[in-house]
Amino acid sequence: MSARANILRSSAAHAILIAYTILALYPVFLIVINSMKSRRAIFNEPLALPTRETFDLVGFHTVLEQGNFLLYFQNSLIVTLASLFLVLLFGAMAAFALAEYRFRGNLLMGLYLALGIMIPIRLGTVAILEIMVAANLVNTLTSLVLVYTAQGLPLAVFILAEFMRQVSDDLKNAARIDGLSEYRIFFTIALPLVRPALATVAVFTMIPIWNDLWFPLILAPSDATKTLTLGSQIFLGQYVTNWNAVLAALTLAIFPVVVLYLIFSRQLIRGITRGAVK
Amino acid sequence: MLRPRTTRRPIRWHIVVFLAPAVLIYTAIMIIPLFGTLNLSLFTRGEGNTREFVGLANFVTLFTDPRWSSAFWNATWNNLWFFIVHMLVQNPIGIALAAILSSPRLRFAAFYRSAIFIPAILSFVIVGFVWRLILSPLWGVAPNMMDAIGIGDWFSPWLGQESSALTTLALISVWQFVGIPMMLIYAALLSIPDEVLEAAEMDGITGASQFWKIKLPLILPTIGIVSILTFVGNFNAFDLIYVVQGALAGPNYSTDILGSLLFRTFFGFQLQLGDPHMGATVATVMFFIILAGVSLYLFGIQTRMRRYQF
Repeated sequence: MSARANILRSSAAHAILIAYTILALYPVFLIVINSMKSRRAIFNEPLALPTRETFDLVGFHTVLEQGNFLLYFQNSLIVTLASLFLVLLFGAMAAFALAEYRFRGNLLMGLYLALGIMIPIRLGTVAILEIMVAANLVNTLTSLVLVYTAQGLPLAVFILAEFMRQVSDDLKNAARIDGLSEYRIFFTIALPLVRPALATVAVFTMIPIWNDLWFPLILAPSDATKTLTLGSQIFLGQYVTNWNAVLAALTLAIFPVVVLYLIFSRQLIRGITRGAVK
Repeated sequence: MLRPRTTRRPIRWHIVVFLAPAVLIYTAIMIIPLFGTLNLSLFTRGEGNTREFVGLANFVTLFTDPRWSSAFWNATWNNLWFFIVHMLVQNPIGIALAAILSSPRLRFAAFYRSAIFIPAILSFVIVGFVWRLILSPLWGVAPNMMDAIGIGDWFSPWLGQESSALTTLALISVWQFVGIPMMLIYAALLSIPDEVLEAAEMDGITGASQFWKIKLPLILPTIGIVSILTFVGNFNAFDLIYVVQGALAGPNYSTDILGSLLFRTFFGFQLQLGDPHMGATVATVMFFIILAGVSLYLFGIQTRMRRYQF
């Protein structure tokens, strides 16, 4: 391939990617810049950056005075991280068992667990609520952690089992000959080798948990256990005509997710690009 | 690798230990409540507050009683269209972006990848409100921007029109989730060994033809997974419709999909009381639609795909 064709190809690639990046980020950017403007400026010049005349933080004042966002944020963080940990640990263990050992009912067990990928756990909401009432777990973060762990496990097992099958048999057998227990093999050989897959599963598990509206509303709507998503939904509903407050609340809701994502995505990208899956 | 099976093997407890936590939580919190719901669809509220077994009568009502069936079929077709838009727009864009991103020696690949994935991490509450504001004729951002590039006449309040609201919502959802197929396929593309690609280059297969002839066949299993995830996700969808159009899925039910129908049936809205039994019936139908799609994938498509071990 000639050098010139190469340059053409790579600039075309950059042009497409830049265009798509703008499409993905501009709507979010627009909300963030307008959250810092006065009401008049929001409507007169929505596309302009805030200037000295139009800069106004009145929306944020309203949000911070009315909402209890720090507590909501903390609740969301606890629920998400606890569920994520349980999903990854239990999911990887089950995936390892399914991928590694032949036993009667292996296929059936795999199908049983995979069933949950297609079942929206919401279909069982009424019965779940009954269980949580019986166990006295309503309005606790524990109830949410339990539900989200159950929700995340099937997909985690499904994806991780695919990757566990690719872990070299020779490596594990060598470890067995050296006398390592099956538990050690799982924790010291299989788990580190599927780390890129773990990172991917983590991102896919974390997002729906953080963003869920349904179960916080039904299982833990009390003020002490509200998650950030539920808190902002209620706030947005109440202040729907107050554009400053709505834009500020959206900005505050966007911010922690993006920060959380940037922390995790570095791990995700490192995991993927190391290519240990090969 | 052969593992000789012995018949009188002792129980391998480590298998039980590995499986138990996942299986127990999953069974208690997901499977048992689900069957509770399916069971509920076979009953109706009888005299007083008793449950009365009615067999499949709820399903007959849902499919044929004009009070229910028009809403049900409307939601089903809308849901199918919602899925078709995702398959035609979201997944091809996801594959294309992944293919471009995975080209060797591309600079800033990490930046693009992270940036394009950002909408997927935002909640429906955020995405719904952001697009409601942007497409609002009241604020005028969308028409202004379209004016700037000379297509201002094309603007109309898409979310408020029966003919375009559903497609607009589907495209908002595509905008939000395109990063997921992109990431999955990107990871699959990266896992193709260099030797395979080098061998292809030796044979003179490069660029686009390398993508079509070498890479695409190798990532077909991933595309299969992406498709079935899209199907399941779309037939469970609810939040975006609820945040943008409310429980009534307006205008005039034109954006009603099975998830929002289930919500209204189950919990009631305005003057209609919630009906757990009809709600469970809708949920059961959703369950079987999804079951059919997933079975088709598992037994019809996935088993026929060739897998390559590197």
